[in-house]
Amino acid sequence: MNENILIQLSILNIILPLFGFVLLIFFGKRLPKSHLFEISTIFVGLVSSSIVSFFKLNYFEDKLIVFDFRWIDFGNVPFFGNLGINIGIQLDNVSVIMQLTVFIVSFVVHLFSIKYMEGDPRYSRYFAYLGLFTFSMLGIVLTHNFLMMYIFWELVGLSSYLLIGFWFEKKSASDAAKKAFIVNRIGDVGFFLGILILYANYHTFTFSEIFGQIAQGNLPFNSGAWLTAAGILIFCGAIGKSAQFPLHVWLPDAMEGPTPVSALIHAATMVAAGVYLVARIFVMLTADAMLVIASIGAITAFISATIAITQTDIKRVLAYSTVSQLGYMIMSLGVGSYFFAFLHLITHAFFKAGLFLGSGSVIHAMHHEQDIRFMGGLRKKLPITYYTFLIYTLAIAGIPFTSGFLSKDGILGGTLAFAKLTGYWFFPVVGFFVAMLTAFYMFRLVILTFHGEARDIHKFEHAHESPATMLIPLISLAVLSVFIFFSPNPFNIEAGWFYKWIETPKTIVPQELAFSFMINESNTSHNIIHSELYTETLHHSHSTAMILSLIMAGLGILFAFVIYQWRLISADKLSIKLQPLYNFSYNKWYFDELYSKTAVAFTLGLSNFLAWFDQKVIDGIVNGTATITRWTSFSSGKFDNRVVDGLVNWTAYVTGFFGMVFRKFQTGKVQTYLVMVLTGIIILFFIFKSL
Amino acid sequence: MSGIPYLTLVTFLPILGMIIVLLIKSEKIQLIRITAAIVTFLQIVIAALMWSKFNFSAAGINDQSSFQFVEKVRWIEIKNLADWIGTVKIDYFLGVDGLSMPMVLLTALISFLGVLASWNISKGIKGYFALYLLLDTGMMGSFVALDFFLFYVFWELMLLPMYFLIGIWGGPRKEYAAIKFFIYTLFGSVFMLLVMLGLYFSTYEILPDGSKVYTFNMLQMMNPVNYSKEGLLSPFNPNNLRFIAYIFLFIGFAIKVPMFPFHTWLPDAHVEAPTPISVILAGILLKLGTYGMMRISFPIFPEITNQLAYWIAVFGMINIVYGALCAMAQKDFKSLIAYSSISHMGYVLLGMASLTTQGMMGALFQMFNHGTITAMLFMIVGVIYDRAHTRGVNDFGGLALQMPVYTGITTVAFFASLGLPGLSGFISEAFVFLGAFSNETIRILAIISTLGILLTAAYMLWTMQRIYFGKLNPRWENLPDVNKLELAALSPLAVVVILFGIYPSPMLNLMNTSVNKLVEIVVNGQVTFSNLSALIK
Repeated sequence: MNENILIQLSILNIILPLFGFVLLIFFGKRLPKSHLFEISTIFVGLVSSSIVSFFKLNYFEDKLIVFDFRWIDFGNVPFFGNLGINIGIQLDNVSVIMQLTVFIVSFVVHLFSIKYMEGDPRYSRYFAYLGLFTFSMLGIVLTHNFLMMYIFWELVGLSSYLLIGFWFEKKSASDAAKKAFIVNRIGDVGFFLGILILYANYHTFTFSEIFGQIAQGNLPFNSGAWLTAAGILIFCGAIGKSAQFPLHVWLPDAMEGPTPVSALIHAATMVAAGVYLVARIFVMLTADAMLVIASIGAITAFISATIAITQTDIKRVLAYSTVSQLGYMIMSLGVGSYFFAFLHLITHAFFKAGLFLGSGSVIHAMHHEQDIRFMGGLRKKLPITYYTFLIYTLAIAGIPFTSGFLSKDGILGGTLAFAKLTGYWFFPVVGFFVAMLTAFYMFRLVILTFHGEARDIHKFEHAHESPATMLIPLISLAVLSVFIFFSPNPFNIEAGWFYKWIETPKTIVPQELAFSFMINESNTSHNIIHSELYTETLHHSHSTAMILSLIMAGLGILFAFVIYQWRLISADKLSIKLQPLYNFSYNKWYFDELYSKTAVAFTLGLSNFLAWFDQKVIDGIVNGTATITRWTSFSSGKFDNRVVDGLVNWTAYVTGFFGMVFRKFQTGKVQTYLVMVLTGIIILFFIFKSL
Repeated sequence: MSGIPYLTLVTFLPILGMIIVLLIKSEKIQLIRITAAIVTFLQIVIAALMWSKFNFSAAGINDQSSFQFVEKVRWIEIKNLADWIGTVKIDYFLGVDGLSMPMVLLTALISFLGVLASWNISKGIKGYFALYLLLDTGMMGSFVALDFFLFYVFWELMLLPMYFLIGIWGGPRKEYAAIKFFIYTLFGSVFMLLVMLGLYFSTYEILPDGSKVYTFNMLQMMNPVNYSKEGLLSPFNPNNLRFIAYIFLFIGFAIKVPMFPFHTWLPDAHVEAPTPISVILAGILLKLGTYGMMRISFPIFPEITNQLAYWIAVFGMINIVYGALCAMAQKDFKSLIAYSSISHMGYVLLGMASLTTQGMMGALFQMFNHGTITAMLFMIVGVIYDRAHTRGVNDFGGLALQMPVYTGITTVAFFASLGLPGLSGFISEAFVFLGAFSNETIRILAIISTLGILLTAAYMLWTMQRIYFGKLNPRWENLPDVNKLELAALSPLAVVVILFGIYPSPMLNLMNTSVNKLVEIVVNGQVTFSNLSALIK
């Protein structure tokens, strides 16, 4: 197995789902069971990406395998020489693990969708879009440059748009699709500007070339501020795609799409692309940029967790929990804890996909009822769904023996270490508080859905466990949510292969711009890229974090049981007592209202005003000029007619008048003429005499 | 000159077609249509042949020897017309380089598809196609002429058929729109005429016998050596009027682009024009404005281009943002697309003004892409207008259920227009930004212009939602999906948009040598041209 084969397999993996998409778009309706073709491309991809991961991780562990070709040639550019744009893919440990994850989740979601989407009039179209999504997502994962990253970034935006608006007959669905795309575009504009800063300086998009230049101290526009700006602007892309504050508003609405889509795109993979992006640019982040990133992550985690506790739509609770968990990952990257952020990305992908598919199973059973107030008691009717759902819930709450415990605990430990070294205690405080909220709202969800008595008897009676093609995905994801896949020791990730393979990359930012703990003074051992002090602090923080996070999770679960299971405190009374807070949370902090009253209203108002201005003022001037010209020509016509021509006519008239007068003298009689001549002579005689 | 006169063929083939059409009896409608289709298709064949024979490493721009398919013969010669004029010699001088070749391809492609879109024109078919073909010659000629006088003739030649095509075959306010278009453009042409004559009386050409005559040859005008010492527009003349001349010429071209604030003729013309004429107007005619700037203003007045590049970029930015905001407020589908055209042409201005290879190439490629994408968009409007006889954006809803194929094609066009990667519009817009951002003086304008990316997405998707999504309005329950002919006109464009979005190199390699040369001429021209008047003192 050599490197070329790995590259070729990966390229094949990218193209296969695209092929499925094209085939289904053109022939989907004509070929019976065409969706099976698309699913088999994903299956082939799953197998082939497993092979790629296996060989890459075992035989080329420390190697960066690159495939690169010149896509666009600018020719011999004056003052620069030969320039062009290269695109290509790179296989490193992060990208092959991510590739495999995408295929695993994508495949189980495909499997789940076969039954879930059955009977939909646009059945083959649905699978086509899933193929398009898988293709675009793989592009993001495997690319070796910013331009391709941006290209596929927008393409996942497109597939997300198409899938959110899949049931476009519903106004709410097409609204949500539009909102998702536009909100994401806001972030993407920032991302694009960040890329522009880098390109304007380095004339390349390739990660390694750009990072190489920065590592040599060649900063954008020779200033650290521009490097910080580039980092933050590229991070804007992640704010959009990973639904971070203040652009998180699109993700909950995206739940209008089919539930398996929510699992694949809006929970496990696409929304994690933002985290992946930040991980990719991690090495070029300055201390300031990291602080911004950590703060955005923390704020997001907090806001969305507080919203999740009062939502009543099963998918919305999960959506806000996704936003919150993504906030965790972003915060973790911001505090320099790269490894745990990536670990959480992977563990979260499995258990959150599971949670969504589980909710899909519930919704399927309840005939498209999504409101948890009308559920309850489903444990008996849907046992497998219930137990798998419980495993995912334990994982997201960070209970030992689950994968989520390993990653979440690591993230919290990272924030603690960061706070100890830099004094920013805000992050661990938020982190632990959110851990409690997470455990609370997740168990609230489980209790209201599966425990207690059925609240809608009619729907409950008709509920039945889902078919096997829907249960197999649930079970596989539940298995993947157990610690053993990441580390043999349920309490220590460092014992596992994952820790061995994922190496935190060394920062390339000049020393004075980076956090001091990010710089490894000794430059010695594998896996230690931070300073000795940091490594030490992190180790100490871990045990603290483990105990604290267990306490917080336990408290959250306890509250959930007290209020919803044992009903020691009435939820209704509590919500009345805390009315303002409850409303604030229930109405999602009024973000949508705020945006529609400010940004949206302003843009629409401005556009209406400008359209009016264009028609009345600009075009008014044009038409006015025409009118003035017409008026001028009209009046000059009149002038010509009356004055110029009048003068001519008047002259003629005067001449004529005198002619008339003088004609009288011309009588034709010689005698008259003689008299006149004589009279004239006499007059002249007297005139001359008097002189 | 040797071999096949490709450029004469590609330019005058439509005139031949026009003559044939005029000879056919007006009852034979189908024959007339087919003649027009064949003639324009042959044009594509010739253009494609030229593309295959094109030498990618020849730059052109100001050097006759590296122009391709050159044809140059004496066209008009008047000996000693007057003392102060001397001998008038005007050449029939055609040639293409990397700037014009993409435009030739675009013109051939859009003209043919425009004929297909004209199939259901129902009145005065003979006259319609005769004028259409005449218009085709005018456009093609403008793109290949290298003699200013000849260029001017072709430029004016376009006006007349366009006037009648809007004025006779247009919508309810066709007379107003036609007159507005005609007078506005003529107003610009007058400025151009003045500058042309000014340049003529400032530039000499040395004939083989050693005598000097004034010349209309554009390439001669790009070389400072050829200027007389006292000419009004000569860089040697310390009191020259080159600055004012540049602005005059610029206004002449800016009206065609159309650049804010000279753009208001466009929405009216588009709304009233029949579908294929809108397609031609947006697809080809607008490009003549920016092409003229690149071909004439930039290399002939490089020093002033440098001076005013910032302001060109400012207007580009205004076009982008202002056009997009105006588009958002439109209630008429066609005028929405018209305003989006204004916005998209802003990218061309911004890219050109960056005076970088990336930006200039982006601008040129954007001209091509806007041509194909907007042609698609206007055909899409035409499809729905033919069926529903209304274009109100709010009148529709749920068409995706009724017309799935049509919706699929619309999705491609809309996303191409909003710059989705993978479709051609993205590459040109990205290049424009790469160039503009690299130029320090206009960096801030590039940043503001990125608002355009956002606004375009907003109004395009909003339109998409209002027309295609939601519940089907029962009024449109009987609308048929696109027919074969419409599909034949739309799908080649969709293929081009996707193909050049994925692999743009066949088109970009056509351009890059010439664009690099142009950038070099303009940037160096700052030195060579502006020091001349000092030199002479």
